[in-house]
Amino acid sequence: MEAGEAKSKKAGGSRLCCICNQRRPVLKRPKTLQQICRECFYEVFEEEIHQVIVGNRLFKSGERVAIGASGGKDSTVLAYVLSELNRRHNYGLDLFLLSIDEGITGYRDDSLETVKRNEVQIVSYKDLYGWTMDEIVKMIGLKNNCTFCGVFRRQALDRGAALLKVDKLVTGHNADDIAETVLLNILRGDIARLSRCTSITTGEDGPIPRCKPFKYTYEKEIVMYAYFKKLDYFSTECIYSPNAYRGFAREFIKDLERLRPRAILDIIKSGEDFRIATTTKMPEQGTCERCGYISSQKWCKACVLLEGLNRGLPKMGIGRPRGSGNDQKDTKARSTAKSIESKQCGSLEF
Amino acid sequence: MQLTLEFGGGLELLCDSEKIHKVNVDLPNGADSDDFTMTHLLSWVRTNLIKERPEMFMKGDTVRPGVLVLVNDCDWELSGQLDTVIEDKDVVVFISTLHGG
Repeated sequence: MEAGEAKSKKAGGSRLCCICNQRRPVLKRPKTLQQICRECFYEVFEEEIHQVIVGNRLFKSGERVAIGASGGKDSTVLAYVLSELNRRHNYGLDLFLLSIDEGITGYRDDSLETVKRNEVQIVSYKDLYGWTMDEIVKMIGLKNNCTFCGVFRRQALDRGAALLKVDKLVTGHNADDIAETVLLNILRGDIARLSRCTSITTGEDGPIPRCKPFKYTYEKEIVMYAYFKKLDYFSTECIYSPNAYRGFAREFIKDLERLRPRAILDIIKSGEDFRIATTTKMPEQGTCERCGYISSQKWCKACVLLEGLNRGLPKMGIGRPRGSGNDQKDTKARSTAKSIESKQCGSLEF
Repeated sequence: MQLTLEFGGGLELLCDSEKIHKVNVDLPNGADSDDFTMTHLLSWVRTNLIKERPEMFMKGDTVRPGVLVLVNDCDWELSGQLDTVIEDKDVVVFISTLHGG
């Protein structure tokens, strides 16, 4: 190859940005396979999110909105873009930052430093539940800790949102995350979650509705946006996560993306269009007897897990409910159905 | 050739927690400077810079899916990925996306 050709090939030189046709492209969009320059990238990225917000009527003027801010890439970009769009398009929102301290030494304390540079409300597991993740892991080991953390975090976010007296919560879940969740729920046969997990707004009938403006935004673009805009974020894998089942779904999605980037959005589309068979029994929504939180069982998951921790029975609330196990005196509904179809959804655990 | 290599998104932990590495890479014996591509560079990085858990950085001959590569601030998908020719004074950035957000 001649030197001149090599140089221009590397700079993508002979091609120009697909959109403006003027500048040198710096990125190939996985969503559209277009080659675009930095300025056009900022524009389409921000405009698409604006369209998602407006098209799905995520907000109303005057609302107080808390941004779930972990200091990581998604929430950092979310806080930046949302406050920019709020200003540019006059959404009329009052924005707040809400952070959860799970009590993971060396992980969360560092990322919270990133967030703390702004004003932020912090809610900690220690204050809410009396346990840090470090203490929980010491008790239960390295398996199933994500179950505890995920359940506790969801409630913690609701509590924090109530403290801030906000009307809505936004999180930085991106397209990759949602595609992973669809796959996870299929792999586990969790029909109840499968029917909900692609909704852009959830929990409208609960304490605080929450929405995901990045639902159709690719993780790659979020990272590239943060990189070009020089947004500072914290990026370490949680030390307790390597055994999480989601890791397998993530690996698979990443391999898929390499072959056919559009697959991520297509999985979400499939998830949106799933309809549950009318013969499938779905859990009914009620409230937890112990704490009043929303729950499909007698006790909400957080109460079950906490009870297990406090009684030194770390397996409580984990695993499939057995017929007559006496350490399963937790209040999970026992499954005596003979066929898969009439099994109570949401009661299967991995 | 002199190169600047940057590691982000957690990858720096695989390289003694150093984010930026200014390195001197020797061309493979008898090779033309036009022949030095990302394939060669990746191999060099794996051997010389990655001190632990190489599977977090590479899978087979290429980067692990989820690791973004930028050559002179430009997505390597635009320049042929592994076939991208690397030249003296180039800046190559590796960013992992595989962590919480």
